[in-house]
Amino acid sequence: MRRLLYFAPLALFLIAGVYFAIGLTRNPTYMPSMLIDAPAPTFELSPIEGYTEGLSSADLQGGVSLLNVFGSWCVSCEIEHPVLLSIAAEGVAPLYGLDWKDKPGAGAQWLQRRGDPYAKIGDDADGRVAIDFGVTGAPETFVIDAEGRVRHKHVGPITPEIWATVLKPMIEDLQNADDPS
Amino acid sequence: MRTILLSLSLVTCLFWNAAVHAADPDERLADPLLEARAQEIGAQLRCVVCKSQSIEASDAPLARDLRILVRERLSAGESDAAILDYVAERYGAYVLLKPPVQGNTLVLWLAPAALLLLCGIAATLVLRGRTTSPAVAPLSADEAAALAALEKTAADTDTNGADAAR
Repeated sequence: MRRLLYFAPLALFLIAGVYFAIGLTRNPTYMPSMLIDAPAPTFELSPIEGYTEGLSSADLQGGVSLLNVFGSWCVSCEIEHPVLLSIAAEGVAPLYGLDWKDKPGAGAQWLQRRGDPYAKIGDDADGRVAIDFGVTGAPETFVIDAEGRVRHKHVGPITPEIWATVLKPMIEDLQNADDPS
Repeated sequence: MRTILLSLSLVTCLFWNAAVHAADPDERLADPLLEARAQEIGAQLRCVVCKSQSIEASDAPLARDLRILVRERLSAGESDAAILDYVAERYGAYVLLKPPVQGNTLVLWLAPAALLLLCGIAATLVLRGRTTSPAVAPLSADEAAALAALEKTAADTDTNGADAAR
C-alpha cells in the first residue's frame, strides 16, 4: 500500500500530461457564438457610399442567406474575396455584406477594384451591428435560415474547401428543410 | 535611500498612468464618478481580440468600440450589471474576466477548494501516521546481551586507532 503511494506523483503527472495534451489540440482562439439558433439581431443600416440600397435585418428573412463581415482595411478579406465572388456567381443563396468600421467611401472603392459579390451591403461604420452579432474580427460569415435565425458562424476567410464541404451543404440542407418538395 | 524612494515613486507613476489613462482622453466621460464606474466595468470585460487583456487595457479597435459602448450605456443610466449582461449576451460568458458560477465553470470554481481539502486530508493522514507509529518495545534479555557485546567490541576497537580507521 505504502509502495503504491510512491507512484502517486507519476500518476498525477500522467493525468496532467493527458489533460494538457488534449488542450494543445484545441483552438485557443475559438469562441462559440451566442447567436446559434437565435434570431439575428434587428438592425437597419444605411448604404455605403455610391450605393442606393442599405441592409436591414428584414433582408435576412424569407430565404437562406449568408452575411459576410468585411472591411477594406482587412487583409484576410482580400484573400477571401475571390471565393466570395465565386459563391455569388454560383447563386446558391444571396450573399449580404456588412462593411465593418470602414471610412466613408473606402468600402465602395475596395469593392470597385475587386468586384462586388454582395446582393446588398450595410455600412456599419461605428461597429454596433457587428457587436450585436458578436463579431470578434473580419472576415466572419453567418449562415442565416429562412426565418432569420443564425445557424452557423464561420470565423476567418472562407476557403474553397470550407465552402464546398461545410457551408454549401449546410445551405442546401436548410433550403431542403424549408421546402421539402 | 533617496534613490530607492525616487525609483519607487517613478514605478508608481508608471502604474498609476496605466490605470488612469487606459481610455483615450476623447473617450472619457466628463463625470468622474461615471468614468470611474466605466473603468471598473471595462476592467471586468475581456477584449475578444487580445483575449488576456481587459477592454480597458487593450489597444484593439474593437476594445475601443466596447469602451465607448459601455460609456454610452452608463450615461443612459444603466446599471453595471445590466451592461455586463449586455456584452455577455453578445460575446458569451467568456468575456467576463470573472466567470459566473454555472455548469461549465463549476470545476473551475470548486477545484481549488477540492484540492485544498484533498491535500489537507492527505497531510493529516501522513502526519498522524508519523506520530502514532508503534511504541518501541523494550529489548528482550537476549537482545540486551547482544547489544552489550556489540558495545564492548566497539569500545575495544575505538582504543585501536588503526582498526577504527579501517
